[in-house]
Amino acid sequence: MRRFARLLEALAFTPRRSVKQAQFLRYFATTPDPDRGYALAALTGDLELRQVTPSLLRTLISERMDPELFALSYDYVGDLAETIALAWPDGAPDTVRAPDPPPLSALITELQRAGRADLPAMVAGRLDALGMSERYAYLKLATGGLRVGVSGRLARVTLAEFIGVDVAEVEELWHGMAPPYTALFQWADGGPRPEPALASLRPVMLATGFDDLDPGTLDPADFAAEWKWDGVRVQAVAEGGVQRLYTRTGQDISATFPDLLERLVFDGVIDGELLIRTGDRVAPFSELQKRLNRKRVSGPMMARLPAALRAYDLLLWQGRDLRAEPFATRRAALEDAVRALDDPRIDLSALLSFDTWEALAALRAAPPDPVIEGVMIKRRASPYLAGRVKGHWFKWKRDPMVVDAVLMYAQRGHGKRSGYYSDFTFGLWDGDALVPVGKAYFGFTDAELRDLDRFVRDHTTDRFGPVRAVAPQLVLEIAFEGLNRSTRHKSGVAMRFPRIARIRTDKPAAEADRLEHLRALLPPELG
Amino acid sequence: MPGFDAFLHPRPEGLYCPGGDFFVDPVRPVHRALITHGHADHARAGHMHVLATRQTLDIMAMRYGADFADHTQVADAPMRIGAATVSFHPAGHVLGSAQIRIETPGGVFVVTGDYTRTPSAACAPWEPVPADVLVTEATFALPVFRHPDPDPEIARLLDSRRTFPDRAHLIGAYALGKAQRVITLLRAAGWDGPVYVHGALRRLCDYHVDQGIDLGELRAATIERGNKAQFSGAIVIAPPSAFASPWVQRFPDPVIGFASGWMQVRARARQRGVELPLVISDHVDWPQLTATIAELAPAETWITHGREEALLRWCTLNGHRARALNMVGYEDEPE
Repeated sequence: MRRFARLLEALAFTPRRSVKQAQFLRYFATTPDPDRGYALAALTGDLELRQVTPSLLRTLISERMDPELFALSYDYVGDLAETIALAWPDGAPDTVRAPDPPPLSALITELQRAGRADLPAMVAGRLDALGMSERYAYLKLATGGLRVGVSGRLARVTLAEFIGVDVAEVEELWHGMAPPYTALFQWADGGPRPEPALASLRPVMLATGFDDLDPGTLDPADFAAEWKWDGVRVQAVAEGGVQRLYTRTGQDISATFPDLLERLVFDGVIDGELLIRTGDRVAPFSELQKRLNRKRVSGPMMARLPAALRAYDLLLWQGRDLRAEPFATRRAALEDAVRALDDPRIDLSALLSFDTWEALAALRAAPPDPVIEGVMIKRRASPYLAGRVKGHWFKWKRDPMVVDAVLMYAQRGHGKRSGYYSDFTFGLWDGDALVPVGKAYFGFTDAELRDLDRFVRDHTTDRFGPVRAVAPQLVLEIAFEGLNRSTRHKSGVAMRFPRIARIRTDKPAAEADRLEHLRALLPPELG
Repeated sequence: MPGFDAFLHPRPEGLYCPGGDFFVDPVRPVHRALITHGHADHARAGHMHVLATRQTLDIMAMRYGADFADHTQVADAPMRIGAATVSFHPAGHVLGSAQIRIETPGGVFVVTGDYTRTPSAACAPWEPVPADVLVTEATFALPVFRHPDPDPEIARLLDSRRTFPDRAHLIGAYALGKAQRVITLLRAAGWDGPVYVHGALRRLCDYHVDQGIDLGELRAATIERGNKAQFSGAIVIAPPSAFASPWVQRFPDPVIGFASGWMQVRARARQRGVELPLVISDHVDWPQLTATIAELAPAETWITHGREEALLRWCTLNGHRARALNMVGYEDEPE
């Protein structure tokens, strides 16, 4: 317990990953089983000990301390467990004067086993005997309030370093393990590599944001894209007759979706999206949520809100581990697998066809289904990796910024659009004048293009070679992905991926947005 | 019989003794001042006459220049001033710190100044001085302040140094008293390597050595350009103000520590971005403060500054008469 208290203290006071890791490694190396595993579980939130409530603690302290003195103390410290740890009247003021505390595992077992009636006296007895920082650790442990910024991922990376293996190996085993992870620690001490449990969750591959990147550095040809559905990302596992449905955080939701579970009649691991789907109609997330919230589900509810799986990726299939293979290979295997399953409730996520990022942006701006929340971009050469590794998968959510601008100039397009005025320059009001703020040449349907072309021809006020100036009368709703400062543009701003979201024939040009409005959307200036 | 008030009471300048026409630790320039110790909020320049211990006078001269007062006098024996007899007794707070005992026809007053009952090799230990009226500080007067023994705290510093042998350990400590308390604790814990001190601490450290306090080998914490590595694993003591300056960045991946009684409360440590909070105080904590009142059992306890509500409550619960003087001008949160 003493070492655990010290670890907790060290972790609480450093925000740095590398320092947290160093503290963990030292703790693992100096602490026997099962304490080190329990400590790990407690710090990552995988140990549920919630019997000791704040009200129990308040009762205990009110029996030992003047309420006014306690109130003044609590007011100053601001944390109930910490106030009690510091002020506990019969406790030793520091660790040195306290007797050696029992091991962490003994205290945990005791807390797990204690009946409601015995709990107060047991906790009080422990607080009497523990030193100050152990009292704090004990109370935080008992109330489940150990928030010291240790993610499960950090814990597993550190554990892998301790064992001396790649983190993927630990991830692979992790979800089949329960605290105190003795088999993993024994592996570190030279024991055998633990066998993974049947149908356990495999580490899930996650995406990073596409918005933070400069797409100019990425070749669209190296990437595949598919819709990002607004369902629940799941892993469907079937091995040796055991079927499981996990969320990407490892929650087992098999019991909530028996209608889908019974259809996992294969030997493998599919990564996909859990959706509520009737025929081709995908229900919004709110419908799915109605089922997620229950532990058991009724027949009528399953009939009304039938679960389906839309397959994104294939990790294992009939004994073959595909994760080291590139996306393209896994995708081919996935297509074969889904075809072979031949189940209307398990279908493929469609790949999107695009040549440029602009084209993908246009697809993303006008998805064919309202339950789509953006696109996923996947590097064709990437293997299936554990966790959120940068540079492989990107999510590009649909959350455009929007302004209402006035059409100012139009230019004839190229290729199949060469007969039309299809490149549009639009502006915003700055005082009484319009200032051009950007150019868009997609986002509209073919029918809308014909309407725009007609508007340009009918409202031309001037010509400069291929460019026509038009009367400032038509309002366009412009959606874009981001805004940067620009010295090249007169407006001082440059939009990322602007496109015409809607033609606002209903809106008078005078009511279009002003330039200040756009500038207000700029990110704060640095330096 | 007039109340104790007639013989000592707070005035805007500070605590005033009409019988001797003097103030204790006045916050504004006065004709005659008795100073408990050299911290800036207690010892100010500009008084006409100053009576204090030799060490406090030396420290004031170091801080403010030799002409900090028109006349100075060393308090080395009981002395009559008007209708009062005053004497100075060790307070254990910092080098030269004293409690001032003031005997008047209306009773004996003991003004503690800042004090601690935790002994330190860097100054003389606190002594109990019986009083009719104990005029005490209350900096850490909350039941949550129960400062641990300083030795295990220093052991945590040495332990961190073993865990991170390449990182410089920068410990914030006030220049007068706390810095030397920390250095003597390090020496007592067996650290015989050099201790690097920030320039702002140098003169006060040298003065402690002159006064016979062994601080071991001290080196200047100045880095030659491009030679960060020389501070790998070094223990550096600096005043808290230095941590807000670029000076800190000159050190290799520093562990920032802070030696203070406030470090007992986590939110305080985190607020300051402290990675290694060391609960090392030179004030009385709650058990020491309440024990002092219980043991001396003065007829009245007056509280000069700090967190008086909790102490007033404790006095009421334990049958001691007490009042808060609500004196202004002293730092509520020194250290």
